[in-house]
Amino acid sequence: MTSLILQTAARFLMPLLLLFSIFLLLRGHNSPGGGFVGGLMSAAAFALYALAFDAESARRLLWIEPRQLIAAGLLLAFGSGLFSVFRQQPFMTAQWRYLTLPAAGPVDLSTVLMFDAGVYLVVVGVTLMIILSLAEE
Amino acid sequence: MKIIALVLSGFFLAALAPLFPRYGRKASGWLIALLPLAQFLYLTSFIRPIAAGQNFIFSLSWAPSLGINLSFHVDGLGLLFAMMISGIGALIIIYAGGYLAEHHHLGRFYAYLLMFMGSMLGLVLADNVITLFVFWELTSISSYLLIGFDHERPEARAAALQALLVTGGGGLALMAGLLLLAQVGGSLELSVLLSEGDAVRSHSLYLPILLLVLAGAFTKSAQFPFYFWLPSAMEAPTPVSAYLHSATMVKAGIYLMARLSPVLGGTESWQYALSITGAVTMLAGAALALFQTDLKRILAYSTVSVLGALTLLIGIDTSASIKAAIVFLVAHSLYKGALFLIAGAVDHETGTRDITKLSGLRRAMPITAIAAGLAALSMAGLPPLFGFISKELLYEAEIHAPRTAILIAGVGIIANIFLVALAGIVGIRPFFGKARTTPRKPHEAPLSLWFGPLILAGLGLVFGLLPHIVDSTLIAPAVSAVRAELTSVSLALWHGLNLVLLLSVMTLAVGVGLYLAPGLLRNLASRYERLPDVGPARWYELALIGLDRVARMQTRLLQSGYLRFYLLMILATVIGLTGYTFLTRGWLPRPMGISNVLAYEVIIAALVLMAALAAVQARARLTAVAALGVVGYGIALLYVMFGAPDLAMTQFLIESLTVILLVLVLYHLPRFATLSPARSRARDVLVAGATGALMTGLVLVATSVKFHPPISEYYAENSVVKAHGRNIVNVILVDFRGLDTLGEITVLALAGIGAYALLKLRLEKGGNNR
Repeated sequence: MTSLILQTAARFLMPLLLLFSIFLLLRGHNSPGGGFVGGLMSAAAFALYALAFDAESARRLLWIEPRQLIAAGLLLAFGSGLFSVFRQQPFMTAQWRYLTLPAAGPVDLSTVLMFDAGVYLVVVGVTLMIILSLAEE
Repeated sequence: MKIIALVLSGFFLAALAPLFPRYGRKASGWLIALLPLAQFLYLTSFIRPIAAGQNFIFSLSWAPSLGINLSFHVDGLGLLFAMMISGIGALIIIYAGGYLAEHHHLGRFYAYLLMFMGSMLGLVLADNVITLFVFWELTSISSYLLIGFDHERPEARAAALQALLVTGGGGLALMAGLLLLAQVGGSLELSVLLSEGDAVRSHSLYLPILLLVLAGAFTKSAQFPFYFWLPSAMEAPTPVSAYLHSATMVKAGIYLMARLSPVLGGTESWQYALSITGAVTMLAGAALALFQTDLKRILAYSTVSVLGALTLLIGIDTSASIKAAIVFLVAHSLYKGALFLIAGAVDHETGTRDITKLSGLRRAMPITAIAAGLAALSMAGLPPLFGFISKELLYEAEIHAPRTAILIAGVGIIANIFLVALAGIVGIRPFFGKARTTPRKPHEAPLSLWFGPLILAGLGLVFGLLPHIVDSTLIAPAVSAVRAELTSVSLALWHGLNLVLLLSVMTLAVGVGLYLAPGLLRNLASRYERLPDVGPARWYELALIGLDRVARMQTRLLQSGYLRFYLLMILATVIGLTGYTFLTRGWLPRPMGISNVLAYEVIIAALVLMAALAAVQARARLTAVAALGVVGYGIALLYVMFGAPDLAMTQFLIESLTVILLVLVLYHLPRFATLSPARSRARDVLVAGATGALMTGLVLVATSVKFHPPISEYYAENSVVKAHGRNIVNVILVDFRGLDTLGEITVLALAGIGAYALLKLRLEKGGNNR
């Protein structure tokens, strides 16, 4: 099934969807969104691409093996919990840093965001691992 | 903090260890040994203050709300063990560098060994019982990896699994025992528990605690009837046998009993349980050793015997017996560690460990022979070696035992006679007499292979000649820690002409006689070769076979391999269990007002219902999938209306991806057909209907039955204050209940990997028949 309309649309939608997924991840702490939804959104974007073209090109676009995304996500999520341990606090106590960047204004960095990014990666990885291998069969 | 660094440094170096052999195979052992050496030197700085009666506690909170801390406590007993672990550890690592120089996984071996060393240090220094348990299990796991190091040999794998199952099973019992103990004693910290002895002993849970803790200690320290895993573990490379299975890990059970004796000891049940088990193990181990022809197996069985003697001594429960136990512990670690390493060197240089083929090696391997002789004499208990002092103390404690002293002393003497003969067989016979041809032409082992044994055996001589080096510095603080009172110890070679000396002389005379009557032993060995087949090792096999049978039976019963059947089982179980509770509690759904329902809500609900019906009725798969999609989107819409945008968003995406997934799967399915008979369809309707009804009922009831005040208010109040987030759903997921989420994504990852494996498996088989 090859459709020129779908392919063109997918090509244009792809960056938008990915940006939106990251937007969801970043705003998650204060407004609807978060790592899980963001991850699903990004996986949906790649699934759309795989439907429009084929699994092979989606994989090429993804550039990283889905299972490596899973591993990276788990490591990131687990690692985010370790920061507090080094500061003599229980595992996974949230750590915050409030910065003011010259151009971008105030930025709040936290291990919580890092944890959410881990969730994001795991969700993308798992979903794409299944969808892409099914699509390749 | 330094103690925590001491314990964890082994784990950190373990991560780097595989790199070492890559950049210098020869030097790697000596280089890595610097870490345990540094640990040893650091530990020596504790000797003086601890001998003066000080204690050190280091604590790092871990899960403070549960009372779990990463806390360590350095006292006399812990220090003695820690020094043996790091000191012998350094020698073992040097030895391993030479012994496994050719092995392509040398780096991995270092990593396992360092991991084990770190676990062992953590175990003997732990103050919190949870910390202790974690390190206890880590020693079991690293021991599993080390025994199965030559993982290509099935015997090594079987032995590793056996050790893991036996000690792991004991570990579970130990955890239950420690938790009960903590509950009764009111603290998870050993330093607090140790002063709660009276409260614990008079508590009704005392006996269960004792039995559970002893189950852990007895399995770990290879007591009868669990001893069989230790001889099997001789499949491990020799450095492992020397380190884990004679000097350190098997003594963890002894350590635990000694550590807990101020809390659990002093009762009749303690004394009987330990004395009887110890005495039986001591005798059985020494006797079984005589039937072996393999050097390492002889040493393993004699280690079992010594572990039995140590248990017995702790069970006698007097000041003298604890003193004897601590001295014996040190003496045994020195000579048995040395003998194991020598057995490895002999194996390495001659190609065999069969004592019937080894003889007259002293010319070819003079240095090894000296070390072997010293260690064997210490094992036999000859003056002026440390083993002699320890045996004198052992007899002294046995003949003054408060109960059945004659019986205990008799068993002790017989076991020691056997040990004298065994010392000759492993340490003297291979080196004296006529030289014989061996698979490899023997020559002296390299420096790394004789360095460790010589130091260990030499220390046996030094401590024997100058016992005051250790008695007040190391032995006395350890004895004081076990007795929970200040005890002074002064060791000497000469105790005067007394009953104990007479017994020693008698033991030696009969033991040497037994050693010199080789025909007798050889006959025994050949006649009872199959002895292990009827013992506890056989029980273990039978238990495994039984477990397999049960597993197969229940698999046949439950695992049909059909997804729909699993779904049915899961739903039926939920209906059965939840429904039962539902009915017996007499919960009634509260009638709810239906006044404020809006028109479009009704429309969406009707749409969802119609779509569900359509999905069931559909004659084509794609129709069913699309109808299910409508159900999902409808529910997502409801979420939007009732103020759950996060849920709605997630639901929309999940629905979309599910439809994509199903479409991809559809392609591979056979043609749609109604295969199931009407009866099973009726059953499905029943189960599905019941599930729906149950869930509806539960939702309605859940709003009316309240067990606890809802926690949502807490989240709402603290979300911004404590977690700096206004989206409560997200704050709960990533902060308040972040650990749950971590668990969930781990499960998600595993499920994904499982699905991936199934897909790839089918691809490889090239069929899609199921």
